Amino acid sequence: MSAEPLTTFESSLDELGVELVQTTSDQFESTLVPLLDAPAVGTPLPFENVSLPDAVEGDPTMQELETAETGVTAAGYGIADYGSVVIQGGPDGEEPVSLYADEHVAVIAGSDVLTDMDTTFDRLAEDIRSDTGQAIIATGPSATADMGELVKGAHGPMEVTVVLLEDR
Amino acid sequence: MSVDDRQRKAEHIRHLLETEGNNVHENTQVFNDGRYESTADLDDYDGLKDEARAIKEDTIERLPELLDRVTEAVETNGGTVYLADDAADANRYITEVAGGRDVVKSKSMTSEEIEVNESLEASGADVWETDLAEFVLQVADEAPSHIVAPAIHKSREEIADLFNAHFDPEEPLETAEELTRFAREYLGEKIMDAEVGMTGANFVTADTGTLALVTSEGNARKCVQATDTHIAVAGVEKLVPTVEDLQPFVELIARSGTGQDITSYISLFTPPGDSPTFDEGGELGPGDDREFHLVLIDNGRMEMREDDQLRETLYCIRCSACANSCANFQHVGGHAFGGETYSGGIATGWEAGVHSQESAAEFNDLCTGCSRCVNACPVKIDIPWINTVVRDRINQEDATEFDFLVEGLTPDEEPGGMDLQKRLFGNYATLAKLGSATAPVSNWVAGIKPAQVLMERFVGIDRQRDLPEFKRETLRKWFEARGGSRVSPADADREAVLYPDAYTNHVQVERGKAAVRVLEALGVSVRIPEVASSGRAPLSQGMIATAERHSHEAYADLAEHIDAGRDVVVIEPSDLAMFASEYEKFLPEESAERLDSNSYEIMEFVYGLLENGASSEELRAGDGERVAYHSHCQQRTLGLEAHTVAVLDELGYDVLTSETECCGMAGSFGYKQEYYELSMDVGGELESQFRTEDARDRTVVASGTSCLEQLDSLLERPSQHPVQLVDPGR
Ligand code: SF4
Repeated sequence: MSAEPLTTFESSLDELGVELVQTTSDQFESTLVPLLDAPAVGTPLPFENVSLPDAVEGDPTMQELETAETGVTAAGYGIADYGSVVIQGGPDGEEPVSLYADEHVAVIAGSDVLTDMDTTFDRLAEDIRSDTGQAIIATGPSATADMGELVKGAHGPMEVTVVLLEDR
Repeated sequence: MSVDDRQRKAEHIRHLLETEGNNVHENTQVFNDGRYESTADLDDYDGLKDEARAIKEDTIERLPELLDRVTEAVETNGGTVYLADDAADANRYITEVAGGRDVVKSKSMTSEEIEVNESLEASGADVWETDLAEFVLQVADEAPSHIVAPAIHKSREEIADLFNAHFDPEEPLETAEELTRFAREYLGEKIMDAEVGMTGANFVTADTGTLALVTSEGNARKCVQATDTHIAVAGVEKLVPTVEDLQPFVELIARSGTGQDITSYISLFTPPGDSPTFDEGGELGPGDDREFHLVLIDNGRMEMREDDQLRETLYCIRCSACANSCANFQHVGGHAFGGETYSGGIATGWEAGVHSQESAAEFNDLCTGCSRCVNACPVKIDIPWINTVVRDRINQEDATEFDFLVEGLTPDEEPGGMDLQKRLFGNYATLAKLGSATAPVSNWVAGIKPAQVLMERFVGIDRQRDLPEFKRETLRKWFEARGGSRVSPADADREAVLYPDAYTNHVQVERGKAAVRVLEALGVSVRIPEVASSGRAPLSQGMIATAERHSHEAYADLAEHIDAGRDVVVIEPSDLAMFASEYEKFLPEESAERLDSNSYEIMEFVYGLLENGASSEELRAGDGERVAYHSHCQQRTLGLEAHTVAVLDELGYDVLTSETECCGMAGSFGYKQEYYELSMDVGGELESQFRTEDARDRTVVASGTSCLEQLDSLLERPSQHPVQLVDPGR
C-alpha cells in the first residue's frame, strides 16, 4: 500500500480520539500486551503468524464478556477518510467481543486500509455476496448525546484502539 | 380557522416556546451548524446528492420489481419477508411472530408510525426501547419531538429528575455520564433476557437482503446479537437496488442530519446472522439458528408512489436536515411542527401519505416556504413544494359549495369556503392595488384600533402588527410622471425591465425609485411596464391554481421584453425565487428556463454591471459606513447573498451579515395571530445579533420586504434595502 491512505487513516483516527499503534507480526504480542486492561477477551485473529496472547481469554463466557475491560478482534478493513474499521462478525464472536468490553482493540492488516467509502463499498459488496453476514463500519467509540450532553460509551465501548500490522 | 382555533394554536405554541423551545433550539442549532461544516468537507457534495437522488428515483420507479427481488434474497438467506398493507396488518404479523415473548427495540420511526409497542404489550409482552432517547420517552410517556434525536426537547436536568423520580436509585443521578451508565445497565439486563430483537432499517438492499442501520449507541447491534428472533420493520421505500448504492447515503446521512461525518456504527446486517447469542442459561452459545423476519410496510406508500406530487416524499431518508435548518422548527420543535408520527418540513408529505390530511393540516402552516431546507436535503426534495401542495389540498377540502358568493367576489381561482385569512394574503396584489388607490384613507382605516380588532377577529391578523402602509403614488406612477427612463435606449449599454412587484410598487416605493436611479447611473435604460404579480402570495397560501394563472400572465407580460434583449431585474427576492424555481412547475420548460436565465436580483445585476466594466464611482460610496445586512431566505437558497455583500464591499461599506436562517416574518406568516409570538421569537435571534456591540451602531439593511418589516418591529433603527444605500440620489 502507499503511505498516503495510512497517513490519512492516522489523522482521521486522531481526530476521533482513537490511538493508532503500528507494529509488525512478530512484534504483535509485545505491542498488544501493554495495551490491555485486564480482564481481556478476544476472538481468533486471521493473520498469519499472529495470535492472541495468553492474557486474552479467547472463548469467553457471558460472565467474562460482561466484566471484560478490553475486547480484541480483527477488523476486515480500515477506511482512511473516516478513520473507520469494519468489524465482520461471525460465529467466533467478533460482534459481542467488540461490543461489550469497555475498550475495543481492533487489529488490522496494513494492506486492508482502503482510501475511501467508494472503494470500501465495492469490497463490502463482494464480501456480502460471498456470504459475509455482518459488517459493522465502526468509527470511534459508541456515543450518545441523548442524556443532554455528549457521552462516550453508550451501549458499546467507550474507547477504541487500532493496532495495525505493517507487514500484513 | 375560527377565532378559537387560532387562540388555541397560539396558546399551544406559546406553551412549547416556554417549555421546550430552548432545548430544541440549542440542539438543532448544533446539528445545523455541524451540517454546514461537515458537508463542506466533502469533495463533491452536490455530486453525491445527485447520485443519492438518482438512486431513490430509480428505486421508487422500480419498486414492485425490487420488492420481489428483496423477498427472494431474504428467503434465500433463510429469512422471511412480510409485506404489510397497513399498520394493523403489520402489527398482527409482528405480534404473532413475537408470540408474547419480551421484545427489545432499537430506534425506528416506522415502528412508531404503526404503534407496534401498544399491540405487542396488549399481547402480554414487555417491550423495551433501548435507544437512550427513546428510553427516556418511554419512561416519560411522551412522543418524539425530532425524527433523529427524539428527546431533543429534554434537558439533562429534566431527564435526571425523571429518572430519579421513576427509578428511585440509591444515589440520585445527576451527570449525563451517570444517566447514561444507569440506562445502559438497566437496559443491558433487558437485552440479555429478551428473545426478540426489533430494529428498523435505514436502507434495505434488494440484491442481497442487507439491512443498513445508522446508529451511534450500539444498542441495535446488541438487540440483534443477544436475541434469537430478529424482526426488522421498514417502509417499502427504504429499499435500494444494490449494496454499492448504499455508499452515497452512508456519506450523506449523518452529515446532513446531526452534522457528524459518520455515526459510530453503520451496521450492515444480512440476516439471519450467526454471531453467538445468549442461550437459556444466559451462556454465550451458537447463534446459527436465528429467525429473521423483514416486515415491509406499505401503509399508504404505494398510493404516494402513484401521486405525482407526493411521490418525492418517498425519497426521504429521514435525516432531519429539513427540521434542523428550519427557523420555526428550531424554536418550537416537533411537538408543534409535526403530526401523529413525523416532524419537520417533510412531515407534511409523510403524514398526508401514511396517516391523513388532517394530521398534516395541524402543522402544515408552520412551513413558511422560506426554502432554507431545500439545499440541505441530501436527496434534493422540494420540501416547500410538498407543503404547498398539501396546503392546497387542505384548502380544497375546506371548501364548501355554499360559498359561491365569496368566490364570485375574489379574483382568485380557488373554491369558495377556503380559509379567509389565506385568501386575503393570497390576493395581496389586488389588495395592494386597492390600498394605493384609496390611500391614505386605507392606511388610516387599517391603523385604527377598531379596524385592527376586526381584522384580527375575521382574518386573524395580529393586532400587534403594523400593516404595511400603501403609498398613493405607486412606483409606476412616479416613473411615468418623471417621464420614464432618463437614459434613452439609444444611449444605453443595456436595457432592463424593473419588475414592479406588489410591495415595491405600492408599499416599498422608495426602494423602487432607488433601483431606477442606480440602474440609470450605471448606464442602463429602465422600463417599468405593467406586469402581473408573480403568484408568490397565493402560492404561499397554498392557492396553486391562482399562482399558476399568475405565472402565465407574468410570463406573457415579460416574454416580449426578453425577446427584445431586455434583462428582467427583480427587487423582491421571493418573486425572483418564483421565476427561478416554481415556474418550472407551471410553464413549459423552455419558457421557465428563458425567464430564469434572463432575470436577476437587483444587486446581482449591479454586481454583474460592475464586473463588466461599469464604474462604481457612479454609486454612493460607503466610506467605511458600518452596515448590518440580513439577506432574504430564498435569496440565500438561490446563492445570491454574496452578490450584495460583494457590491457593498467594493463600494467601501463595512458589512456584517446575519447568521440566522430566517427573520421569522416570512411573508404573511408573522402577521397571523396564531403565529405572531413564534414569529417574534424567531426574529429575536436576528434582533440579538443586530444588538450586539459590534452591530449596535450599524445601518440595518435587508433585501426582502417582510424582513424589512420584521426588522422595523424588532429594532428602533430604521432599515432599508441595500439598493437604497448605494443610490446616488440618496
Ligand atoms: S426531506 Fe430531505 S432533509 Fe428532510 S428528512 Fe427527508 S431526506 Fe432529510
